[in-house]
Amino acid sequence: MSLYQLQKFLYVLNREPQAQARYRENSDDLIADYDLTDEEADALRNGDIGLLYVLGVNGQILMHYAAFLGIAWFDYLELMRQGIARHGPVRAGVYTLTGGGESFTPEERERPQ
Amino acid sequence: MSLVYAGVLSHAPGITGRADLVKNTAERDALYAAFDRQRQDIEASGAEALIVIAAEHFANFFMNNMPAFCLGMSDRYEGPIEDPGWLKIPRTTVPGNAALSLRLVKETMQTVDVAYAEEWKFDHGIMVPLHFLTPRFDLPVIPVNINCQGPPLAPLHRVWAFGEALRRACDAQPERIALVGTGGISHWPATPDSGKINVAWDRAFLDRLLAQDRDALLAYDDVATYREAGQGGFEIRTYIAAAAAARGPGELEFYTAELPIFAVGCTVAHFTVAS
Repeated sequence: MSLYQLQKFLYVLNREPQAQARYRENSDDLIADYDLTDEEADALRNGDIGLLYVLGVNGQILMHYAAFLGIAWFDYLELMRQGIARHGPVRAGVYTLTGGGESFTPEERERPQ
Repeated sequence: MSLVYAGVLSHAPGITGRADLVKNTAERDALYAAFDRQRQDIEASGAEALIVIAAEHFANFFMNNMPAFCLGMSDRYEGPIEDPGWLKIPRTTVPGNAALSLRLVKETMQTVDVAYAEEWKFDHGIMVPLHFLTPRFDLPVIPVNINCQGPPLAPLHRVWAFGEALRRACDAQPERIALVGTGGISHWPATPDSGKINVAWDRAFLDRLLAQDRDALLAYDDVATYREAGQGGFEIRTYIAAAAAARGPGELEFYTAELPIFAVGCTVAHFTVAS
């Protein structure tokens, strides 16, 4: 596991327009610059928010990445829940799930499905 | 005395970015009105610069080189780094004051080790407060960061000392300077628990903060804060530094936990700037 490298990738992507252009053109080219496991590289290649959350990516970094991908807020929250359901609890870091995954936001609970 | 205003306020990307999704629009508008009163108070103080003590979110600093405390030292800053459509704040240039920053850094360094940065990209942690406090982006801003994201974090007694050092540095300048600390109190942002708020914890913290109860404030520890107030609770550092800079008691102008879509209990308060 190389959480530091994984988060570094996203930190750079989130703040540097040149990295964003490279990612959009050929994500593998940018991913190759970092020492990542296959699981981590696949998560980045696929924009897999749920797996990245479970891998322990800091929520602030992950939230900005989701915004960059154009993922709406409530979809972002749901993708993290699905990640836990699929891959198990968050494996590292402090952005863990404290409860059972329930929504704390009325606007989310009442939104049309 | 050159510190002419000291206060605190919440930041969160949802405060602007999710404004149109809010169902409790009356509470949202009351929050915005409180922000606007703070803007008016800062303007009435005659401030020539605004120090924003923030808790940035990996816009500039990462674990390859993470300062505990950092001041911006540039004549201009850019923001937001986030997608402007997501944050609903257009990308813009914010004026700074490099010469004033240099004097503040040199004076702060007399008692506290600080880093400085001649480049700084603002994220929502600064852009959301500025959106309300300097909506025309025409007041020079001195960004200040306290690491609240990448542990290990500065102990609270060092945060207090940093706030005191900032105050001494402000008082050594001829300019009239306003200062705000911006952070959350209890919150679990950017997780599926987003919107969870520990109101009792928030109220107890605010009581201690506004009473300038230094001993009680410095008694908070990160293990308990994480358990009871979430990882977002680490941002109390920005409020504590603002209190230390102000020296005087505070007054709560607004608090609500009725806007969980903003992912934080929303707060506006000011302190008496005491000698």
